[in-house]
Amino acid sequence: MDVDFEELYQSVILDHSRKPRNFGPLPDPTVTVAGDNPTCGDEIALSLKIDPQADKVAGVGFTGSGCSICMASASLMTLKVKGKTRAEAGALLNDFQGMITGKTPEAEIPKALGDLRLLSGVRKFPQRVKCATLGWHALKGALAQTEGAAKFSVDPKDADL
Amino acid sequence: MWLPLFAASMHDLAKHAPAAIDWAALRRDFPILNQEVHGKPLVYLDSAASSQKPRQVIDAIVHYYEHDHSNVHRGIHELSNRATAAYEGARERTARFLNANTPEEIVFTRGTTESINLVAATWGERHVGAGDHILITELEHHANLIPWQQLARRKGAELLYIPVQGDNGRLDLSRLDELLTPKVKLFAFTHISNTMGTVNPAAELCRRAREVGAVTLVDAAQSAGHCLVDVQEIGCDFLVFSGHKILGPTGIGVLYGKPERFAEMPPYQTGGEMIVSVDWHEAKFKPAPHGFEAGTPHVAGAVGLHAAMDYLDDVGRRNIWEHDRDLAAYTYTRLSELPGVRLFGPGTDRAGLVSFLLEDVHAHDLVTMADGHGIALRGGHHCNQPLHRKLGVKSSARASFYFYNTREEVDKLIESVEKIRAFFAR
Repeated sequence: MDVDFEELYQSVILDHSRKPRNFGPLPDPTVTVAGDNPTCGDEIALSLKIDPQADKVAGVGFTGSGCSICMASASLMTLKVKGKTRAEAGALLNDFQGMITGKTPEAEIPKALGDLRLLSGVRKFPQRVKCATLGWHALKGALAQTEGAAKFSVDPKDADL
Repeated sequence: MWLPLFAASMHDLAKHAPAAIDWAALRRDFPILNQEVHGKPLVYLDSAASSQKPRQVIDAIVHYYEHDHSNVHRGIHELSNRATAAYEGARERTARFLNANTPEEIVFTRGTTESINLVAATWGERHVGAGDHILITELEHHANLIPWQQLARRKGAELLYIPVQGDNGRLDLSRLDELLTPKVKLFAFTHISNTMGTVNPAAELCRRAREVGAVTLVDAAQSAGHCLVDVQEIGCDFLVFSGHKILGPTGIGVLYGKPERFAEMPPYQTGGEMIVSVDWHEAKFKPAPHGFEAGTPHVAGAVGLHAAMDYLDDVGRRNIWEHDRDLAAYTYTRLSELPGVRLFGPGTDRAGLVSFLLEDVHAHDLVTMADGHGIALRGGHHCNQPLHRKLGVKSSARASFYFYNTREEVDKLIESVEKIRAFFAR
Protein backbone atom coordinates (compact mmCIF):
# COMPACT_ATOMS: atom_id res chain seq x y z
CA MET A 1 0.00 0.00 0.00
CA ASP A 2 1.04 3.54 -0.64
CA VAL A 3 3.60 5.06 1.69
CA ASP A 4 1.51 8.09 2.66
CA PHE A 5 -1.38 5.91 3.74
CA GLU A 6 0.81 3.67 5.82
CA GLU A 7 1.78 6.84 7.63
CA LEU A 8 -1.76 8.18 7.90
CA TYR A 9 -3.33 4.95 9.04
CA GLN A 10 -0.75 3.34 11.31
CA SER A 11 -1.77 0.29 13.28
CA VAL A 12 -1.90 2.21 16.58
CA ILE A 13 -4.34 4.65 14.98
CA LEU A 14 -6.50 1.87 13.56
CA ASP A 15 -6.43 0.15 16.96
CA HIS A 16 -7.61 3.30 18.76
CA SER A 17 -10.32 3.94 16.18
CA ARG A 18 -11.67 0.41 16.61
CA LYS A 19 -11.32 0.29 20.39
CA PRO A 20 -11.34 3.89 21.57
CA ARG A 21 -10.09 4.33 25.15
CA ASN A 22 -12.13 6.20 27.78
CA PHE A 23 -15.11 5.71 25.47
CA GLY A 24 -18.54 5.94 27.04
CA PRO A 25 -20.41 8.40 29.24
CA LEU A 26 -18.51 9.70 32.28
CA PRO A 27 -20.58 9.53 35.46
CA ASP A 28 -21.12 12.83 37.26
CA PRO A 29 -19.00 15.06 34.96
CA THR A 30 -18.00 18.62 35.84
CA VAL A 31 -18.26 19.76 32.22
CA THR A 32 -19.49 18.25 28.96
CA VAL A 33 -18.83 19.79 25.57
CA ALA A 34 -20.35 18.31 22.41
CA GLY A 35 -19.05 19.20 18.98
CA ASP A 36 -19.92 18.21 15.47
CA ASN A 37 -18.36 18.57 12.06
CA PRO A 38 -21.20 19.70 9.79
CA THR A 39 -19.40 18.71 6.60
CA CYS A 40 -19.11 15.02 7.48
CA GLY A 41 -21.54 14.51 10.35
CA ASP A 42 -18.90 13.36 12.84
CA GLU A 43 -19.88 14.05 16.45
CA ILE A 44 -17.93 13.92 19.69
CA ALA A 45 -19.10 14.76 23.21
CA LEU A 46 -16.28 15.08 25.74
CA SER A 47 -16.83 15.05 29.52
CA LEU A 48 -14.27 16.05 32.11
CA LYS A 49 -14.32 15.57 35.84
CA ILE A 50 -12.22 18.35 37.38
CA ASP A 51 -10.69 18.00 40.85
CA PRO A 52 -11.29 21.55 42.15
CA GLN A 53 -8.50 21.43 44.80
CA ALA A 54 -5.72 20.48 42.42
CA ASP A 55 -7.48 21.97 39.35
CA LYS A 56 -6.68 18.70 37.64
CA VAL A 57 -8.50 16.50 35.14
CA ALA A 58 -9.48 13.62 37.40
CA GLY A 59 -11.70 11.81 34.93
CA VAL A 60 -12.40 11.90 31.20
CA GLY A 61 -14.83 10.17 28.87
CA PHE A 62 -16.16 10.68 25.37
CA THR A 63 -18.99 9.45 23.21
CA GLY A 64 -19.86 9.89 19.55
CA SER A 65 -18.86 8.59 16.15
CA GLY A 66 -16.52 9.56 13.39
CA CYS A 67 -13.90 8.42 10.93
CA SER A 68 -10.81 6.55 12.10
CA ILE A 69 -8.69 9.72 12.31
CA CYS A 70 -11.31 11.50 14.41
CA MET A 71 -11.88 8.61 16.82
CA ALA A 72 -8.19 7.74 17.23
CA SER A 73 -7.23 11.35 17.85
CA ALA A 74 -9.90 11.76 20.54
CA SER A 75 -9.00 8.43 22.14
CA LEU A 76 -5.26 9.25 22.29
CA MET A 77 -6.08 12.71 23.63
CA THR A 78 -8.09 11.32 26.57
CA LEU A 79 -5.16 9.09 27.62
CA LYS A 80 -2.83 12.05 27.57
CA VAL A 81 -5.04 14.61 29.30
CA LYS A 82 -6.00 12.53 32.33
CA GLY A 83 -4.20 13.74 35.49
CA LYS A 84 -3.08 17.00 33.89
CA THR A 85 -3.78 20.45 35.35
CA ARG A 86 -5.75 22.87 33.20
CA ALA A 87 -2.51 24.70 32.35
CA GLU A 88 -0.76 21.45 31.38
CA ALA A 89 -3.72 20.36 29.25
CA GLY A 90 -3.68 23.78 27.56
CA ALA A 91 0.00 23.34 26.73
CA LEU A 92 -0.70 19.87 25.29
CA LEU A 93 -3.40 21.40 23.14
CA ASN A 94 -0.95 23.97 21.74
CA ASP A 95 1.63 21.30 21.02
CA PHE A 96 -0.94 19.18 19.19
CA GLN A 97 -2.19 22.12 17.15
CA GLY A 98 1.33 23.04 16.08
CA MET A 99 1.93 19.49 14.90
CA ILE A 100 -1.38 18.83 13.15
CA THR A 101 -1.49 22.11 11.21
CA GLY A 102 2.14 21.76 10.17
CA LYS A 103 3.24 24.97 11.92
CA THR A 104 5.79 23.03 13.95
CA PRO A 105 8.57 21.63 11.74
CA GLU A 106 8.71 17.84 11.74
CA ALA A 107 12.01 17.73 13.66
CA GLU A 108 10.64 19.98 16.40
CA ILE A 109 7.45 18.07 17.21
CA PRO A 110 7.58 17.78 21.03
CA LYS A 111 8.38 14.31 22.37
CA ALA A 112 5.87 15.03 25.14
CA LEU A 113 3.07 14.32 22.62
CA GLY A 114 3.96 10.62 22.81
CA ASP A 115 1.74 8.40 20.67
CA LEU A 116 -0.10 11.49 19.43
CA ARG A 117 2.92 12.02 17.19
CA LEU A 118 1.65 9.10 15.13
CA LEU A 119 -1.03 11.50 13.87
CA SER A 120 1.58 13.84 12.35
CA GLY A 121 0.91 12.26 8.93
CA VAL A 122 -2.46 14.01 8.88
CA ARG A 123 -0.77 17.33 8.10
CA LYS A 124 -0.18 16.08 4.57
CA PHE A 125 -3.95 15.73 4.08
CA PRO A 126 -5.35 19.26 4.60
CA GLN A 127 -8.97 18.14 4.18
CA ARG A 128 -8.54 15.65 7.04
CA VAL A 129 -7.07 18.04 9.65
CA LYS A 130 -10.56 18.89 10.88
CA CYS A 131 -11.17 15.17 11.51
CA ALA A 132 -8.15 15.02 13.81
CA THR A 133 -9.08 18.18 15.69
CA LEU A 134 -12.77 17.61 16.51
CA GLY A 135 -12.07 16.02 19.92
CA TRP A 136 -9.53 18.75 20.64
CA HIS A 137 -12.06 21.49 19.92
CA ALA A 138 -14.22 19.81 22.53
CA LEU A 139 -11.26 19.74 24.97
CA LYS A 140 -10.59 23.42 24.43
CA GLY A 141 -14.24 24.21 25.14
CA ALA A 142 -14.26 21.98 28.22
CA LEU A 143 -11.11 23.57 29.67
CA ALA A 144 -12.55 27.05 29.19
CA GLN A 145 -15.68 26.13 31.06
CA THR A 146 -16.04 25.70 34.82
CA GLU A 147 -19.25 23.67 34.84
CA GLY A 148 -22.30 22.59 32.84
CA ALA A 149 -22.74 21.58 29.23
CA ALA A 150 -22.09 23.30 25.92
CA LYS A 151 -22.49 22.56 22.24
CA PHE A 152 -20.63 23.83 19.19
CA SER A 153 -20.09 23.17 15.53
CA VAL A 154 -16.65 23.24 13.96
CA ASP A 155 -16.15 25.68 11.14
CA PRO A 156 -14.60 23.40 8.52
CA LYS A 157 -12.36 26.21 7.25
CA ASP A 158 -10.96 26.87 10.70
CA ALA A 159 -8.01 24.64 11.50
CA ASP A 160 -7.04 26.70 14.55
CA LEU A 161 -7.85 25.32 17.94
CA MET B 1 -45.95 8.09 -49.46
CA TRP B 2 -42.44 6.73 -49.78
CA LEU B 3 -40.89 9.37 -47.58
CA PRO B 4 -42.47 8.42 -44.20
CA LEU B 5 -41.81 4.77 -44.96
CA PHE B 6 -38.21 5.51 -45.66
CA ALA B 7 -37.96 7.55 -42.46
CA ALA B 8 -39.49 4.69 -40.48
CA SER B 9 -37.06 2.15 -41.86
CA MET B 10 -34.13 4.43 -41.11
CA HIS B 11 -35.41 4.75 -37.60
CA ASP B 12 -35.61 0.99 -37.22
CA LEU B 13 -32.16 0.63 -38.63
CA ALA B 14 -30.79 3.07 -36.08
CA LYS B 15 -32.62 1.26 -33.31
CA HIS B 16 -31.18 -2.12 -34.13
CA ALA B 17 -27.69 -1.12 -35.19
CA PRO B 18 -25.06 -1.22 -32.44
CA ALA B 19 -24.27 2.25 -31.16
CA ALA B 20 -21.47 3.43 -33.41
CA ILE B 21 -20.12 5.94 -30.93
CA ASP B 22 -16.41 6.20 -30.36
CA TRP B 23 -16.54 6.86 -26.62
CA ALA B 24 -12.74 6.85 -26.35
CA ALA B 25 -12.54 9.66 -28.91
CA LEU B 26 -15.13 11.66 -26.99
CA ARG B 27 -13.10 11.21 -23.83
CA ARG B 28 -10.11 12.80 -25.56
CA ASP B 29 -12.18 16.00 -25.87
CA PHE B 30 -11.74 16.46 -22.11
CA PRO B 31 -8.21 17.78 -21.50
CA ILE B 32 -8.50 17.57 -17.70
CA LEU B 33 -8.97 13.80 -17.74
CA ASN B 34 -5.52 13.28 -19.22
CA GLN B 35 -3.51 13.67 -16.01
CA GLU B 36 -2.15 11.79 -13.03
CA VAL B 37 -3.05 12.48 -9.39
CA HIS B 38 -0.87 11.06 -6.61
CA GLY B 39 1.12 9.34 -9.36
CA LYS B 40 -1.90 7.41 -10.70
CA PRO B 41 -4.00 8.08 -13.81
CA LEU B 42 -7.00 10.18 -12.80
CA VAL B 43 -10.27 8.25 -12.56
CA TYR B 44 -12.91 10.95 -12.23
CA LEU B 45 -16.07 9.48 -10.70
CA ASP B 46 -17.62 12.66 -9.30
CA SER B 47 -19.61 14.01 -12.24
CA ALA B 48 -22.81 14.21 -10.18
CA ALA B 49 -21.05 16.93 -8.18
CA SER B 50 -19.69 18.62 -11.30
CA SER B 51 -18.97 17.39 -14.80
CA GLN B 52 -15.73 18.06 -16.64
CA LYS B 53 -15.64 20.30 -19.73
CA PRO B 54 -14.84 19.35 -23.32
CA ARG B 55 -12.44 21.39 -25.41
CA GLN B 56 -15.43 22.66 -27.46
CA VAL B 57 -16.98 24.37 -24.40
CA ILE B 58 -13.66 25.84 -23.25
CA ASP B 59 -12.98 27.11 -26.79
CA ALA B 60 -16.44 28.70 -27.07
CA ILE B 61 -15.83 30.71 -23.89
CA VAL B 62 -12.33 31.74 -25.00
CA HIS B 63 -13.65 32.73 -28.43
CA TYR B 64 -16.39 34.81 -26.86
CA TYR B 65 -13.93 36.75 -24.69
CA GLU B 66 -11.39 37.11 -27.50
CA HIS B 67 -13.84 38.31 -30.15
CA ASP B 68 -17.37 39.17 -29.05
CA HIS B 69 -17.53 40.33 -25.43
CA SER B 70 -19.42 43.45 -24.44
CA ASN B 71 -22.44 44.21 -22.29
CA VAL B 72 -25.78 42.96 -23.58
CA HIS B 73 -29.12 44.54 -24.45
CA ARG B 74 -28.04 48.14 -24.10
CA GLY B 75 -25.34 48.88 -26.62
CA ILE B 76 -25.78 50.11 -30.14
CA HIS B 77 -22.32 49.10 -31.24
CA GLU B 78 -21.24 45.94 -33.04
CA LEU B 79 -19.77 44.06 -30.08
CA SER B 80 -22.84 44.68 -27.97
CA ASN B 81 -24.98 43.30 -30.77
CA ARG B 82 -22.80 40.21 -30.99
CA ALA B 83 -22.85 39.65 -27.22
CA THR B 84 -26.61 40.09 -27.14
CA ALA B 85 -27.02 37.66 -30.04
CA ALA B 86 -24.80 35.14 -28.27
CA TYR B 87 -26.70 35.47 -25.00
CA GLU B 88 -30.16 35.31 -26.56
CA GLY B 89 -28.97 32.53 -28.85
CA ALA B 90 -28.12 30.50 -25.76
CA ARG B 91 -31.62 31.11 -24.44
CA GLU B 92 -33.11 29.91 -27.70
CA ARG B 93 -30.82 26.85 -27.62
CA THR B 94 -31.89 26.06 -24.04
CA ALA B 95 -35.55 26.23 -25.04
CA ARG B 96 -34.85 23.68 -27.78
CA PHE B 97 -32.81 21.54 -25.37
CA LEU B 98 -35.85 21.28 -23.07
CA ASN B 99 -38.46 21.31 -25.86
CA ALA B 100 -39.97 24.46 -24.37
CA ASN B 101 -42.41 26.40 -26.52
CA THR B 102 -40.55 29.69 -26.61
CA PRO B 103 -37.23 31.20 -25.42
CA GLU B 104 -39.24 33.48 -23.12
CA GLU B 105 -39.84 30.42 -20.93
CA ILE B 106 -36.11 30.29 -20.10
CA VAL B 107 -34.60 32.46 -17.33
CA PHE B 108 -30.86 32.28 -16.73
CA THR B 109 -29.72 32.07 -13.12
CA ARG B 110 -26.51 31.17 -11.28
CA GLY B 111 -27.58 27.55 -10.99
CA THR B 112 -30.14 25.12 -9.63
CA THR B 113 -29.97 26.62 -6.16
CA GLU B 114 -30.69 30.15 -7.34
CA SER B 115 -33.45 28.93 -9.65
CA ILE B 116 -35.28 27.27 -6.75
CA ASN B 117 -34.71 30.22 -4.44
CA LEU B 118 -36.09 32.51 -7.15
CA VAL B 119 -39.32 30.51 -7.36
CA ALA B 120 -39.64 30.28 -3.57
CA ALA B 121 -39.06 34.03 -3.13
CA THR B 122 -41.46 35.12 -5.90
CA TRP B 123 -44.13 32.59 -6.79
CA GLY B 124 -43.98 31.01 -3.33
CA GLU B 125 -44.03 34.31 -1.49
CA ARG B 126 -47.14 35.41 -3.37
CA HIS B 127 -49.11 32.15 -3.54
CA VAL B 128 -48.32 30.15 -0.41
CA GLY B 129 -50.14 31.19 2.76
CA ALA B 130 -50.81 30.08 6.32
CA GLY B 131 -52.17 26.55 6.50
CA ASP B 132 -51.24 25.73 2.90
CA HIS B 133 -49.16 22.65 2.18
CA ILE B 134 -45.84 22.43 0.32
CA LEU B 135 -45.04 18.87 -0.74
CA ILE B 136 -41.50 17.64 -1.42
CA THR B 137 -39.77 14.26 -1.00
CA GLU B 138 -37.19 12.78 1.37
CA LEU B 139 -34.85 12.41 -1.61
CA GLU B 140 -34.34 16.14 -2.06
CA HIS B 141 -30.94 17.80 -2.17
CA HIS B 142 -30.72 20.59 0.42
CA ALA B 143 -31.19 23.05 -2.47
CA ASN B 144 -34.72 21.74 -3.02
CA LEU B 145 -35.47 21.44 0.70
CA ILE B 146 -34.27 24.49 2.62
CA PRO B 147 -35.92 27.15 0.38
CA TRP B 148 -39.28 25.41 0.97
CA GLN B 149 -38.59 24.85 4.66
CA GLN B 150 -37.86 28.56 5.09
CA LEU B 151 -40.86 29.62 2.97
CA ALA B 152 -43.11 27.37 5.09
CA ARG B 153 -41.72 28.93 8.26
CA ARG B 154 -42.22 32.47 6.96
CA LYS B 155 -45.78 31.78 5.87
CA GLY B 156 -47.01 29.39 8.52
CA ALA B 157 -47.44 26.76 5.81
CA GLU B 158 -46.82 23.06 6.35
CA LEU B 159 -43.94 21.22 4.65
CA LEU B 160 -44.79 17.58 3.89
CA TYR B 161 -42.51 14.82 2.62
CA ILE B 162 -43.15 11.80 0.44
CA PRO B 163 -41.14 9.19 2.36
CA VAL B 164 -38.33 7.06 0.98
CA GLN B 165 -38.88 3.34 1.50
CA GLY B 166 -35.33 2.68 2.78
CA ASP B 167 -31.96 1.70 1.34
CA ASN B 168 -33.58 0.99 -2.03
CA GLY B 169 -34.10 4.74 -2.47
CA ARG B 170 -37.58 4.47 -3.97
CA LEU B 171 -40.34 6.85 -2.97
CA ASP B 172 -43.30 5.32 -1.18
CA LEU B 173 -45.83 6.48 -3.77
CA SER B 174 -48.63 4.57 -2.04
CA ARG B 175 -48.74 7.64 0.23
CA LEU B 176 -49.29 10.04 -2.67
CA ASP B 177 -53.09 10.19 -2.47
CA GLU B 178 -52.95 11.02 1.20
CA LEU B 179 -50.22 13.68 0.81
CA LEU B 180 -51.05 15.28 -2.54
CA THR B 181 -54.35 16.97 -1.63
CA PRO B 182 -55.94 20.23 -2.80
CA LYS B 183 -54.19 21.89 0.17
CA VAL B 184 -50.87 21.45 -1.67
CA LYS B 185 -49.98 24.72 -3.40
CA LEU B 186 -46.60 23.56 -4.62
CA PHE B 187 -45.10 20.13 -5.26
CA ALA B 188 -41.32 20.13 -5.78
CA PHE B 189 -39.35 16.95 -6.43
CA THR B 190 -36.12 15.71 -7.89
CA HIS B 191 -36.16 14.00 -11.26
CA ILE B 192 -33.11 11.88 -10.34
CA SER B 193 -31.83 11.51 -6.78
CA ASN B 194 -28.22 12.68 -6.40
CA THR B 195 -27.69 10.22 -3.53
CA MET B 196 -29.72 7.17 -4.54
CA GLY B 197 -29.81 7.34 -8.32
CA THR B 198 -33.57 6.84 -8.17
CA VAL B 199 -35.41 7.95 -11.31
CA ASN B 200 -38.76 9.44 -10.33
CA PRO B 201 -41.78 9.24 -12.68
CA ALA B 202 -41.82 13.00 -13.32
CA ALA B 203 -44.65 13.09 -15.87
CA GLU B 204 -46.90 10.93 -13.72
CA LEU B 205 -46.20 13.02 -10.59
CA CYS B 206 -46.96 16.24 -12.48
CA ARG B 207 -50.19 14.77 -13.85
CA ARG B 208 -51.29 13.89 -10.33
CA ALA B 209 -50.36 17.39 -9.13
CA ARG B 210 -52.47 18.99 -11.86
CA GLU B 211 -55.49 16.99 -10.69
CA VAL B 212 -55.35 18.78 -7.32
CA GLY B 213 -54.29 22.15 -8.75
CA ALA B 214 -50.76 22.08 -7.33
CA VAL B 215 -47.95 23.89 -9.14
CA THR B 216 -44.93 21.67 -9.85
CA LEU B 217 -41.18 22.25 -9.78
CA VAL B 218 -38.85 19.55 -11.09
CA ASP B 219 -35.21 19.54 -9.96
CA ALA B 220 -33.46 18.29 -13.10
CA ALA B 221 -29.90 18.92 -11.86
CA GLN B 222 -29.01 15.23 -12.19
CA SER B 223 -31.08 14.48 -15.28
CA ALA B 224 -30.75 17.38 -17.74
CA GLY B 225 -27.31 16.36 -19.00
CA HIS B 226 -27.88 12.63 -18.81
CA CYS B 227 -31.23 11.90 -20.49
CA LEU B 228 -33.82 13.62 -22.63
CA VAL B 229 -35.74 16.14 -20.54
CA ASP B 230 -38.86 17.38 -22.31
CA VAL B 231 -40.81 19.95 -20.31
CA GLN B 232 -43.94 19.44 -22.42
CA GLU B 233 -43.88 15.70 -21.94
CA ILE B 234 -43.22 16.10 -18.20
CA GLY B 235 -45.89 18.78 -17.95
CA CYS B 236 -44.24 20.70 -15.10
CA ASP B 237 -44.73 24.37 -14.22
CA PHE B 238 -41.05 24.92 -13.37
CA LEU B 239 -37.90 22.94 -14.13
CA VAL B 240 -34.41 23.82 -12.95
CA PHE B 241 -30.82 22.72 -13.55
CA SER B 242 -27.19 23.88 -13.45
CA GLY B 243 -24.84 24.37 -16.38
CA HIS B 244 -21.77 22.95 -14.65
CA LYS B 245 -23.29 19.48 -14.28
CA ILE B 246 -23.96 19.22 -18.03
CA LEU B 247 -20.48 20.07 -19.41
CA GLY B 248 -21.04 23.83 -19.09
CA PRO B 249 -19.28 26.39 -16.89
CA THR B 250 -20.06 27.12 -13.25
CA GLY B 251 -22.20 30.14 -12.41
CA ILE B 252 -24.87 29.63 -15.07
CA GLY B 253 -28.14 27.80 -14.53
CA VAL B 254 -31.61 27.55 -15.92
CA LEU B 255 -35.12 28.18 -14.69
CA TYR B 256 -37.78 26.99 -17.08
CA GLY B 257 -41.27 28.30 -16.29
CA LYS B 258 -44.65 28.27 -17.92
CA PRO B 259 -45.58 31.78 -19.16
CA GLU B 260 -48.70 31.85 -16.97
CA ARG B 261 -46.53 31.14 -13.89
CA PHE B 262 -43.97 33.84 -14.75
CA ALA B 263 -46.85 36.27 -15.32
CA GLU B 264 -48.07 35.86 -11.74
CA MET B 265 -44.67 36.37 -10.11
CA PRO B 266 -43.34 39.61 -8.60
CA PRO B 267 -39.73 40.56 -9.46
CA TYR B 268 -36.88 38.71 -7.73
CA GLN B 269 -33.83 40.97 -7.74
CA THR B 270 -34.31 44.48 -9.07
CA GLY B 271 -31.95 46.86 -10.85
CA GLY B 272 -30.60 47.24 -14.35
CA GLU B 273 -31.69 45.17 -17.37
CA MET B 274 -35.05 44.22 -15.82
CA ILE B 275 -36.89 47.55 -16.07
CA VAL B 276 -39.12 49.19 -18.65
CA SER B 277 -39.00 52.64 -17.08
CA VAL B 278 -37.89 54.14 -13.78
CA ASP B 279 -39.00 57.28 -11.94
CA TRP B 280 -37.81 58.63 -8.58
CA HIS B 281 -40.52 56.76 -6.68
CA GLU B 282 -41.70 53.96 -8.94
CA ALA B 283 -40.56 51.61 -11.65
CA LYS B 284 -42.10 49.40 -14.33
CA PHE B 285 -40.65 45.96 -14.87
CA LYS B 286 -40.11 43.82 -17.92
CA PRO B 287 -41.93 40.50 -18.24
CA ALA B 288 -40.05 37.19 -18.21
CA PRO B 289 -37.40 36.31 -18.95
CA HIS B 290 -35.58 39.66 -18.64
CA GLY B 291 -37.71 40.77 -15.69
CA PHE B 292 -36.03 38.03 -13.64
CA GLU B 293 -32.48 38.77 -14.77
CA ALA B 294 -31.43 41.94 -12.99
CA GLY B 295 -27.91 43.17 -13.65
CA THR B 296 -25.37 42.19 -16.28
CA PRO B 297 -25.88 38.47 -16.86
CA HIS B 298 -23.24 35.74 -17.13
CA VAL B 299 -22.94 36.01 -20.91
CA ALA B 300 -19.82 33.86 -21.18
CA GLY B 301 -21.55 31.26 -19.04
CA ALA B 302 -24.52 31.20 -21.40
CA VAL B 303 -22.14 30.87 -24.37
CA GLY B 304 -20.43 27.91 -22.69
CA LEU B 305 -23.78 26.36 -21.85
CA HIS B 306 -24.84 26.70 -25.49
CA ALA B 307 -21.72 24.83 -26.60
CA ALA B 308 -22.33 22.18 -23.94
CA MET B 309 -25.87 21.56 -25.18
CA ASP B 310 -24.65 21.31 -28.76
CA TYR B 311 -22.03 18.79 -27.65
CA LEU B 312 -24.54 16.69 -25.69
CA ASP B 313 -27.00 16.56 -28.55
CA ASP B 314 -24.26 15.66 -31.01
CA VAL B 315 -23.51 12.61 -28.87
CA GLY B 316 -27.21 12.06 -28.22
CA ARG B 317 -28.71 12.09 -24.78
CA ARG B 318 -30.33 8.69 -25.32
CA ASN B 319 -26.88 7.24 -25.98
CA ILE B 320 -25.43 8.98 -22.93
CA TRP B 321 -28.27 7.67 -20.78
CA GLU B 322 -27.62 4.08 -21.87
CA HIS B 323 -23.87 4.45 -21.40
CA ASP B 324 -24.13 5.93 -17.87
CA ARG B 325 -26.71 3.41 -16.76
CA ASP B 326 -24.62 0.55 -18.05
CA LEU B 327 -21.66 1.74 -15.96
CA ALA B 328 -23.83 2.18 -12.86
CA ALA B 329 -25.40 -1.25 -13.25
CA TYR B 330 -21.95 -2.80 -13.74
CA THR B 331 -20.64 -0.98 -10.64
CA TYR B 332 -23.65 -2.02 -8.59
CA THR B 333 -23.19 -5.67 -9.57
CA ARG B 334 -19.43 -5.68 -8.96
CA LEU B 335 -19.79 -3.97 -5.56
CA SER B 336 -22.59 -6.31 -4.51
CA GLU B 337 -20.21 -9.23 -5.07
CA LEU B 338 -17.81 -7.88 -2.43
CA PRO B 339 -18.40 -8.81 1.21
CA GLY B 340 -19.33 -6.07 3.68
CA VAL B 341 -20.61 -3.58 1.11
CA ARG B 342 -23.86 -1.74 1.79
CA LEU B 343 -25.42 -0.37 -1.40
CA PHE B 344 -27.94 2.44 -1.62
CA GLY B 345 -30.58 3.07 -4.24
CA PRO B 346 -32.64 0.81 -6.48
CA GLY B 347 -31.12 -2.42 -7.81
CA THR B 348 -32.73 -1.83 -11.19
CA ASP B 349 -33.78 1.28 -13.16
CA ARG B 350 -31.09 3.44 -11.63
CA ALA B 351 -29.37 6.48 -13.06
CA GLY B 352 -25.61 6.73 -13.54
CA LEU B 353 -24.44 6.83 -9.93
CA VAL B 354 -23.92 4.42 -7.04
CA SER B 355 -23.66 5.27 -3.33
CA PHE B 356 -22.23 2.70 -0.98
CA LEU B 357 -20.53 2.04 2.33
CA LEU B 358 -17.92 -0.46 3.45
CA GLU B 359 -18.65 -2.20 6.73
CA ASP B 360 -16.45 -0.78 9.53
CA VAL B 361 -14.86 1.80 7.24
CA HIS B 362 -15.92 5.43 7.51
CA ALA B 363 -16.76 7.01 4.14
CA HIS B 364 -14.10 9.69 4.62
CA ASP B 365 -11.40 7.08 5.18
CA LEU B 366 -12.57 5.26 2.08
CA VAL B 367 -12.60 8.39 -0.08
CA THR B 368 -9.17 9.54 1.17
CA MET B 369 -7.65 6.17 0.31
CA ALA B 370 -9.41 5.94 -3.08
CA ASP B 371 -8.00 9.41 -3.83
CA GLY B 372 -4.57 7.92 -3.22
CA HIS B 373 -5.36 5.43 -5.98
CA GLY B 374 -6.19 8.33 -8.31
CA ILE B 375 -9.94 7.84 -7.95
CA ALA B 376 -12.13 10.88 -7.28
CA LEU B 377 -15.23 9.90 -5.29
CA ARG B 378 -17.63 11.96 -3.26
CA GLY B 379 -17.79 11.22 0.45
CA GLY B 380 -20.19 12.79 2.91
CA HIS B 381 -23.91 13.34 3.11
CA HIS B 382 -24.15 14.60 -0.51
CA CYS B 383 -26.20 17.59 0.67
CA ASN B 384 -28.87 15.30 2.00
CA GLN B 385 -28.41 15.11 5.76
CA PRO B 386 -31.96 14.14 6.80
CA LEU B 387 -32.00 11.21 4.37
CA HIS B 388 -28.69 9.87 5.68
CA ARG B 389 -30.01 10.26 9.22
CA LYS B 390 -33.12 8.29 8.28
CA LEU B 391 -30.96 5.49 6.86
CA GLY B 392 -28.94 5.50 10.09
CA VAL B 393 -25.64 6.54 8.49
CA LYS B 394 -23.57 9.70 8.80
CA SER B 395 -22.23 9.64 5.31
CA SER B 396 -21.66 7.48 2.28
CA ALA B 397 -19.27 7.22 -0.63
CA ARG B 398 -20.56 7.88 -4.14
CA ALA B 399 -19.27 7.01 -7.58
CA SER B 400 -21.02 8.95 -10.33
CA PHE B 401 -20.53 8.51 -14.04
CA TYR B 402 -20.60 10.35 -17.32
CA PHE B 403 -20.03 9.25 -20.88
CA TYR B 404 -16.28 9.85 -20.59
CA ASN B 405 -15.99 7.08 -17.98
CA THR B 406 -15.21 3.49 -18.89
CA ARG B 407 -15.68 -0.03 -17.54
CA GLU B 408 -11.90 -0.18 -17.03
CA GLU B 409 -12.28 2.73 -14.61
CA VAL B 410 -14.99 0.84 -12.73
CA ASP B 411 -12.61 -2.12 -12.51
CA LYS B 412 -10.02 0.22 -10.95
CA LEU B 413 -12.63 1.38 -8.45
CA ILE B 414 -13.46 -2.20 -7.47
CA GLU B 415 -9.77 -3.02 -7.12
CA SER B 416 -9.33 0.05 -4.91
CA VAL B 417 -12.35 -0.80 -2.73
CA GLU B 418 -11.00 -4.34 -2.26
CA LYS B 419 -7.59 -2.98 -1.22
CA ILE B 420 -9.20 -0.56 1.22
CA ARG B 421 -11.32 -3.30 2.75
CA ALA B 422 -8.27 -5.52 3.20
CA PHE B 423 -6.28 -2.62 4.67
CA PHE B 424 -8.85 -1.82 7.34
CA ALA B 425 -9.43 -5.48 8.13
CA ARG B 426 -5.75 -6.12 8.93
